[in-house]
Amino acid sequence: MSDMSQTHGAETQSPPSGPVLAADGRPLKHSLNRALRRQKMRALMLIAPLLIFILITFIAPIADMLFRSVENQIVEDTLPRTVAVLGDWDPEADDLPPPAAFAGLYRDLFIAAEEKTHTRLGSRLNYETTGISSLFRKSGRSMDDVGEEIVDTIEATDPIWEEPATWAALAESAGSALPDFSNVWADFARVVRADGDDPAEENPWEVLHVSLAEDLRAGAAAEYDGPLKAELGQLTQALAGVAPVDYVAAMEDVDEGWSDPAVWRTIRTYAPRLTSGYFLNAVDMQLTDQGVAQQPEDQRLYLMLFQRTLIMSLTITLATILLGYPVAWLLANLPMRVSNILMILVLLPFWTSLLVRTSAWKVLLQQQGVINDLLVWIGIIADDNRLVLINNATGTIIAMTHILLPFMILPLYSVMQTIPPTYLRAAKSLGANDWTAFWRVYFPQSVPGIGAGSILVFILAIGYYITPELVGGTTGVFISNRIAYHISTSLNWGLAAALGTILLALVLLLYWVYDKLVGIDNVKLG
Amino acid sequence: MTNTDTNDGFVVFDRVQKSYDGETLVVKDLNLAIGRGEFLTMLGPSGSGKTTCLMMLAGFETATHGDILLGGTPINNIPPHKRGIGMVFQNYALFPHMTVAENLAFPLEVRGLGKSERETKIKRALEMVQMGDFGNRRPAQLSGGQQQRIALARALVFEPELVLMDEPLGALDKQLREHMQFEITRLAHELGITTVYVTHDQTEALTMSDRVAVFDDGRIQQLDPPDVLYEEPKNSFVAQFIGENNTLVGEVVEMKPGDLCVVRLDDGEVIDAKAVNVHEVGQRTKVSIRPERVEYNKERIPEGAHTLHAEVLEFIYMGDIFRTRLKVAGNDEFIIKTRNAPDQVRLKPGQKIEIGWLPQDCRALDA
Ligand SMILES: Nc1ncnc2c1ncn2[C@@H]1O[C@H](COP(=O)(O)OP(=O)(O)O)[C@@H](O)[C@H]1O
Ligand SMILES: [Mg+2]
Repeated sequence: MSDMSQTHGAETQSPPSGPVLAADGRPLKHSLNRALRRQKMRALMLIAPLLIFILITFIAPIADMLFRSVENQIVEDTLPRTVAVLGDWDPEADDLPPPAAFAGLYRDLFIAAEEKTHTRLGSRLNYETTGISSLFRKSGRSMDDVGEEIVDTIEATDPIWEEPATWAALAESAGSALPDFSNVWADFARVVRADGDDPAEENPWEVLHVSLAEDLRAGAAAEYDGPLKAELGQLTQALAGVAPVDYVAAMEDVDEGWSDPAVWRTIRTYAPRLTSGYFLNAVDMQLTDQGVAQQPEDQRLYLMLFQRTLIMSLTITLATILLGYPVAWLLANLPMRVSNILMILVLLPFWTSLLVRTSAWKVLLQQQGVINDLLVWIGIIADDNRLVLINNATGTIIAMTHILLPFMILPLYSVMQTIPPTYLRAAKSLGANDWTAFWRVYFPQSVPGIGAGSILVFILAIGYYITPELVGGTTGVFISNRIAYHISTSLNWGLAAALGTILLALVLLLYWVYDKLVGIDNVKLG
Repeated sequence: MTNTDTNDGFVVFDRVQKSYDGETLVVKDLNLAIGRGEFLTMLGPSGSGKTTCLMMLAGFETATHGDILLGGTPINNIPPHKRGIGMVFQNYALFPHMTVAENLAFPLEVRGLGKSERETKIKRALEMVQMGDFGNRRPAQLSGGQQQRIALARALVFEPELVLMDEPLGALDKQLREHMQFEITRLAHELGITTVYVTHDQTEALTMSDRVAVFDDGRIQQLDPPDVLYEEPKNSFVAQFIGENNTLVGEVVEMKPGDLCVVRLDDGEVIDAKAVNVHEVGQRTKVSIRPERVEYNKERIPEGAHTLHAEVLEFIYMGDIFRTRLKVAGNDEFIIKTRNAPDQVRLKPGQKIEIGWLPQDCRALDA
């Protein structure tokens, strides 16, 4: 027998020293690489359309979602001057931030109100502290009441200050002499231009008057070296008789909400451009100025939802395995004609409209529905003790098992089709009874199908949204329903993105665990 | 040969019939007794019902009619796993998710053998097929021939008295097949097990078996040891199916004593033949003669025998033999084979010769 396994390698050449050369004299490796590169390029061109499509419709949205879950530019973008000052404020020591913060807030809020971005910021901060939204909305309306006296004084000094052109000329010639004024002017010019108007023809905002007054009070008229030098000198004198704006009092006049330290602490906590706040919220925590803390008991929701989503998805996966395995076995072992009919039945859920299916479930599962009627009629349950099968977790599990069953059956079927019946016969001929033959020989070979089906069903289930929404009531909804709520109703996209990101990470983590346990190579779709 | 005594066989098919669809009989009236320790081959063209017979014996198909007896007891109602019959399948059916050793352990485990006993038996079985070092491999890591050996070892490891093999060598190349044919027969005889072997390869059947059952159309056409089968085919199907064969068609014109007869071929020429399936003058018959029994050397043709005119169409040099195609009595596929001996005449195309043979080598069979 030993001669069977021998190979005769007498003719093989001994390897030459140095690199092997191709027929054209170049190193063989080089030629090979070039040939392979051309092949790779061609392969790449074939997949390029799909690659681009996926990049645009899948990768990019996911990247965007990941970004949104930590993105928090709105605070600093809307309140740049306030945020710059708040860094120095220690909420432990002082209840309220320094007056400079109120001064900054006045300017920022004025500009934001003109731009109408203050309500957006209000809604954003309202996720963290309720009431901020209306505070911002109300304040926006009365920002132009601040510094009325200064405005009147300036306009009374010389009629040219009622001319928009004067202000434009001042801004042009200001140089570095009028820092506060120039700073506000830049925003004024930007907002006016964004509306398609010319800053030189637009009535100046009150905040421009106030900031100019601040500059002049600091002695800017001396530094200014331009055509309006005389007029500025005149203004400085006129304003000397007017009291400077007390921003703290002024903001409190606008809305007494501004004297609430909680508002200021929220602004300070959410000032950074990137925030972990959404993620913390997504796991029932919150970001406070003392650091990370648990949400109050009555506001915890998401961990429970995640847990419910996981457990129910597992239950659904298990149910599809139990129900699908025998069907797949039949499909794979029945004669073609019969199995085709059965296959149509399996695929039926795919072809039925969602509404038809849902109403069918309602008819069947509700308390006065067909199934309950039947059970009562048989006498298994009492009439006053009807089962609640819909608008709760049971409803979700029943309906989703139904929908997802084909995703279990199809991979199982295609794997089982490749298992020849001779294996079972061989096992029986070796002395195994029907059960042993199945369990020891057939079942292990069908495991790749179970694996593929389980991954498919579980991942689909964990992100399912429509069905729990329709038949889940309140106790049968998934985390995705909450994500959908934040996207379409509460418009808290950051939180929705954080929840989505966690869901994605969870799926990847489970996939990794699954790979460690089962081995992803063992998964076959056919 | 279909009326076997049902008492002397270890395996007995007694008037067994099988139909899958209720319309046609795939096995029609099978009667067969296989002795203990016998190597019996079922040989026949594809679709002749060999596998069906084997599956009925193994218990995977039920006989529509008749009894199958194993060691004297009817087994029709015994499920396959209780029959204790070893089986080798055409594609080996080695369990892909188990190692070779686990495959072999399987029949022992389901029989409840202890670990040490299992290991001794597995070791012995693997050594028996010269695969002692391969216990830890998976079937996919073995070549076809090696898988074949493992399948054999697995069918034998639980020491069955009866082993069934359904075209076990069909997937191997010629050289390996010949080697395995030898190995299987050696093992079967060494272990004294009864073997029922299915093949459609007549060489395999002839070289391996104690007896060969030639199947056609759901019936056993002939059941005999290989030499008898080859030299004395009972009907024209067997004559054609086993080995190479020349056929001439004609009509019996004279019956002679000693089971001889004279046949007039359709083109008018007359030959001597042994009357096998013909009984009376006037019967149509197919005369069958093996290529190596045809003589054209005048000195070797017996006195008084009828001879035929033949024209050489083609001469093929095959090394050990010469193969010559002739036109004889209107049949231009008439083959003769001659040994490549130093004094052998090499015929040339176009040559006209006379051919003849011993009357008992030329068998007048059914038409
Ligand atoms: N499971 C089956 N169902 C229906 N017909 C079958 C089945 N198995 C075999 N047959 C038919 O029975 C006949 C004999 O088949 P088989 O026993 O496999 O022949 P062999 O093994 O000699 O090639 C064939 O015509 C085949 O089509
Ligand atoms: Mg067959």
